[in-house]
Amino acid sequence: MELIKPGINLNFVGRMKLASIASVIVVIISIVSLLFHGGPNLGIDFAGGTQVQIKFENKTEVKDIRDSLSTISLGKSVIQQFGYEDNNEFLIKTEKSSSEIKGLSSSIEEALTVQFGKDAFEVRRVEVVGPKVGKDLRQKGMLAMIYAIIGILIYITWRFEFRYAIGAIIALIHDVLITVGIFSLLGKEFSLPIIAALLTIIGYSLNDTIVVYDRIRENLRKARRQKLGEVVNSSINQVLSRTILTSGTTLLVVGALFFLGGAVIHDFAFALLVGVVVGTYSSMFIASPTILAWETVWPSKKKRK
Amino acid sequence: MPMFDKNIKIRAIIALSVIVIALFYLTPSLTESLPGFWKNNLPTDKIHLGLDLQGGMHLVLEVETEKAVENATERISNDLKEVLMKKKVRFRHLDRTEGTTIMVDLRDSEARGQFDRILEEDFPTLEIESSEIIEGQERVFMKIAAKQAETIKKFAVEQSLETIRNRVDQFGVSEPEIIPQGKDRILIQLPGVKDPQRAINLIGKTALLEFKLLDEEHSVDDALRGTIPPGSIVLYGYKIDPDTQRRKKVPYLLKKKTLLTGDALEDAKVRIGNRFGEPYVGLTFDSQGARDFDRITAQNVNKRLAIVLDEVVHSAPVIQERISGGQAQITGTFTMEEARDLAIVLKAGALPAPVIILEQRTVGPSLGQDSIDKGLLSIIVGSIMVILFMVAYYRLSGFIANMALIMNIIIIMGALAAFKATLTLPGIAGIVLTIGMAVDANVLIFERIREEARLGKSPNAAIDSGYAKALITIVDANITTLIAALVLFQFGTGPVKGFAVTLSIGIISSMFTAIFVTRIVYDYFVWHRKIKMVSI
Repeated sequence: MELIKPGINLNFVGRMKLASIASVIVVIISIVSLLFHGGPNLGIDFAGGTQVQIKFENKTEVKDIRDSLSTISLGKSVIQQFGYEDNNEFLIKTEKSSSEIKGLSSSIEEALTVQFGKDAFEVRRVEVVGPKVGKDLRQKGMLAMIYAIIGILIYITWRFEFRYAIGAIIALIHDVLITVGIFSLLGKEFSLPIIAALLTIIGYSLNDTIVVYDRIRENLRKARRQKLGEVVNSSINQVLSRTILTSGTTLLVVGALFFLGGAVIHDFAFALLVGVVVGTYSSMFIASPTILAWETVWPSKKKRK
Repeated sequence: MPMFDKNIKIRAIIALSVIVIALFYLTPSLTESLPGFWKNNLPTDKIHLGLDLQGGMHLVLEVETEKAVENATERISNDLKEVLMKKKVRFRHLDRTEGTTIMVDLRDSEARGQFDRILEEDFPTLEIESSEIIEGQERVFMKIAAKQAETIKKFAVEQSLETIRNRVDQFGVSEPEIIPQGKDRILIQLPGVKDPQRAINLIGKTALLEFKLLDEEHSVDDALRGTIPPGSIVLYGYKIDPDTQRRKKVPYLLKKKTLLTGDALEDAKVRIGNRFGEPYVGLTFDSQGARDFDRITAQNVNKRLAIVLDEVVHSAPVIQERISGGQAQITGTFTMEEARDLAIVLKAGALPAPVIILEQRTVGPSLGQDSIDKGLLSIIVGSIMVILFMVAYYRLSGFIANMALIMNIIIIMGALAAFKATLTLPGIAGIVLTIGMAVDANVLIFERIREEARLGKSPNAAIDSGYAKALITIVDANITTLIAALVLFQFGTGPVKGFAVTLSIGIISSMFTAIFVTRIVYDYFVWHRKIKMVSI
């Protein structure tokens, strides 16, 4: 079977400008959304707070839960449905994180017992993160991103050239920004697993980019007289079939994770879904054209017509 | 390439051994009942599940080491006071001011001279911070030397670790993990804990037991109004009001000086009272403690002795007579469980400094099982879709790639068991992701072979250069992902680390199966069977 016919020659490089404009617009929307919301919506891993996941036996409304918790001072809190509606699962989130031994979570449990009875619900998960840990994790998360980027920059510079590395880094910053922006637009929360997802997206996006780069490098050696733009374009076309296939299989499994993996991992799978799509796009439309743009501004010493 | 032909057997043996070893490590995780010979000779470790999958509690505590230094300062300042009085040095106040500073007012320069000598001879750990002369009096500020303070802090963390280990051991948790983290933090993992609040009470309690005399010369009411006599403090206890059945706070005026602490205990046991069958905690002192207790009770007959636990007065009975047996008891309104836990913490000893809970995550067993079920379902559904797609797209070659894929999953699982790595929910996601990415290597190779074949190369030449050219790309692409995974491993805690582990193992094993193993199959078909072209 062949989805992409051999000898296909789509004009990627010609649409570079259009793609750049589209990307810049989406990135700006992401940044504006982030600014508008006062930064990313940090979950308790990073902001600190308490999160309690409760499953009720019978159908229960958010309002009833809130009423039953009115006796304890929760501070600023969010009570929301978790997972599918007929699961009767809820997440109670507050900004408070009590370091006292008699924790907030057990007060919540007690208040719910008074209202609903002891066997009417089950506490399935309790997470309490103090503000200190949240700050630590924020720093560590940022550092992890930076270290990953530096490590990759060094590797690509070593294996290819610096301008390739710049293209790859721009592409993956583009991917991460857009994923973060979509999270911000949808009001989704940033937790530790999301950072893991972002780093995976970085890895995946690079994977794609390097496959294209590799072909560009190979073709440049073969065809010394061709224009760089033409080489880049035909390289993208030559690996197009592989790019589409791999994104396809990866999307199949990430889709399985998204639809079947359960509520706990839902957002993580969502980040991966977005990342795979954006990462595939960026390796064709952002990473490779950057080499061209770099070439126009700072031409390489080797002569090429 | 005839060379490949020759060593095709060797390569097949390598591939087979890897898969067999992986299967050996994986088997204990798949079955409950291993035959006897297996248990004696072969690996028996199951894949270790993270707390998010098996349920349990994850705690990060911070030891307030500064408090340990404060306590040490308090002790030293008491010692210093005694020595100064004994040697008749003329001073007015000697007190620990806020934090870890000791302040003393000396009458004149002669007293200062004596004081300096004593400090040099008997208290080498104290350092003079500053001194000033106010109306002829010398005021001196001291601190524990920085190096010494560091040692105290380090020791406090070590001792807390040890004490918490003892407490958890007696609480009865299987496979607990209690490890230091950073300078002053302790990470605790307790699988399968059902009552997190109880575990926190047990671990987080300082459990400093003190015996103090009541200050019966002054009135509590005056003290509450604000005139606390020097050398005394107000602490509270609780009583059940017989009329309302409510817990009531009761103030006590106590002498500041601690006569005896929980350090002097040898044992603590739950006992049942004769009259109402109410539980209480029976204490047994060690030999030195028993002598001290004997002396204290002898000197203070008819006075009230308060038993204070973590600044809460549990009871303040009147000493009826000298107590020589080295036995005492803490009564109060305990449930059986509370009494048992109190006995555990007293026996394990007090924490040298209070701890605060920085992070607590508890996952119930039902949610863990849910996650396992859903994770497995995603793996199975994802794999089946990819497998079907590969066969539809690449026919026989797709079939070969699928064999490699299944082998890859077995190797990842086997490696998890062999390296005693922890499988977490994000870890399962890592495996799912690896499945998607593992076929990428084969897609790269197959597409390349197709290209080469289109150029008119013979089957084995096409396969040869297809593999050779795709190899560089695969290695480059995978190493960058590996860099990201390794960074993640460094940074991550618990679940995220689990993700980094499965992703890293997956990348490495997928390179092995997708490049090395599939090649063997191709070489076998093309060289041995002289098949013109494997459908691709």
